[in-house]
Amino acid sequence: MLSTNLKHLETDQETKEALEKNENLMICCGRMGPMCLPVYAIMEELESHYSHVALRDMDFDIPAANFIKRLPECSSFMGLPFTVYFKNGKVVAATSSIQNRAQITEILGRVFGKPS
Amino acid sequence: MEQVVIAGAGPAGLTAAIYTARFKLNPLILGGPVPGGQLLVSDIVENYPGFPEPVSGADLMDRFQKQAEKFGARFQSGAVEQISKRHDIFELDTGREKIETKAVIIATGAEARRLSIPSEKKFYGRGVSGCATCDGAFFRDKEVLVVGGGNTAMQDALFLTRFARAVTIVHRRDYLRAAAAEIDKVKNNQKIRWLIPWGVQEITGDTTVNGAVLKNTETGETRHVMCHGIFVAIGHDPKTEAFKDVVEIDENGFIIVEPGSTKTVTPGVFACGDVIDPVYKQAAVAVGHGCMAAIDVEHYIHRRK
Repeated sequence: MLSTNLKHLETDQETKEALEKNENLMICCGRMGPMCLPVYAIMEELESHYSHVALRDMDFDIPAANFIKRLPECSSFMGLPFTVYFKNGKVVAATSSIQNRAQITEILGRVFGKPS
Repeated sequence: MEQVVIAGAGPAGLTAAIYTARFKLNPLILGGPVPGGQLLVSDIVENYPGFPEPVSGADLMDRFQKQAEKFGARFQSGAVEQISKRHDIFELDTGREKIETKAVIIATGAEARRLSIPSEKKFYGRGVSGCATCDGAFFRDKEVLVVGGGNTAMQDALFLTRFARAVTIVHRRDYLRAAAAEIDKVKNNQKIRWLIPWGVQEITGDTTVNGAVLKNTETGETRHVMCHGIFVAIGHDPKTEAFKDVVEIDENGFIIVEPGSTKTVTPGVFACGDVIDPVYKQAAVAVGHGCMAAIDVEHYIHRRK
C-alpha cells in the first residue's frame, strides 16, 4: 500500500466508483520510489486548491492497477509513475515518469480548468 | 517559533535531525520532494560503515529516520521555496505555510542532471529514465544504454542486467570516476559492453526510444546504435536555488561555508551534505556534515540565549 495522504484506489470497484462519481479525476499509479514520491507530494499540495478535481493514487503492483497499465494511452509508457487524467470517465491526458508542479498544474488547468 | 528547521531528509539532514533532537532543540524536518534523498535510487549500498551485509538505500534511510524520530524529531512534507530574514528570525515559505525559526540547516542535497538535449524530454518516461531501480523492469529482454562513468552509472548497469538482454555503458571521457570495486563488478559481467569515449547527441524513436546517435568525443565520429532504453546517470547538481538570498553560492551552485564548519555568510543559516560538497558526494561524508551542522546550530542557539 502507498504511504501518502492521498485517497488510495485499491480495488476495481473503487476505481469504477471514482470514475463514475467524479467528473474530473486524476490517478497517479506508482510505487514509493524517487520518481513517484515528488508527484504524490505535489498532488497532496494541490488537493485543497483543486477542489473540482478528485486526486487519487494507486499502487502499481496491485491487480487493480491493470486498469491503468492496459489503457491505450499508457501503452508506450516505460517510466513510473503512470499518471492519468479522466474527464467524465474518459482519458484526456496521461504522463509517464516524474513530473514537476508546473507540468502537473499545466495539465490540470488545461483539461479541467484552473481553480476559482 | 521553531528552534531549528532542517530542509532536506537525506543522510546529512537526518543526521542533523538525530543530533539536534538529542540536543533537545525539537527539530522540524521538511522532507522536500524526495525524503531520503539520492540514496533511495540505490538498490544496494555496500560502502556504508556498520553494514557488512549490503543494505538498500531505502532501508538505510528508513533506519536514519526512525533513529531521528526516536529522539523526537518531527517530520513534515514540503520544501522551502523561499527564505527571508527579519532581525534574527527566519521565515521559511513552503508555498503552503510560513514557518518562523531561529536557525536553519540546509541539507537539500542534489538532483540528477539530465542530458539537456531536446529528444531527452520527448522520450522521458518512454525509454529515457533517471532511475534504474524504478524503471528497469520495463526493459526486460531489451537493449539499454547507461550514460555516465561514476558509481551510479556502474550500479545502474549492473542492476539493469537483471532485466535487459544487453547493457552498454556510454561515457564521454576516457576515464571513469567510479570506484575500482564498482568497475570490477561491471567488467566481470558478460552482459555489459562499453562505448568510451562517446557521448549521446540525439535520441531516436517514434513513440518510444529505438536508438541513439552517439558521437566520439575524441575523433568526432558519429554512429547510430539501436536500443530501447537510455538511463542517464551523469551526476547531480546542488539544490540551492531557494536559499540564494541568504547564502553565498559558487559558480556551480554549491553553498560556500566557512572552512571547517557549516556556517554560511548568514548567522543562523547552516549548510551540510551535497549542497556544500563538490568533491566527495558520499553518504558517509554527508553524515559527518550533518553532525557538524547540528553542533554548529547548538552553539549558535546557546549563544543567543
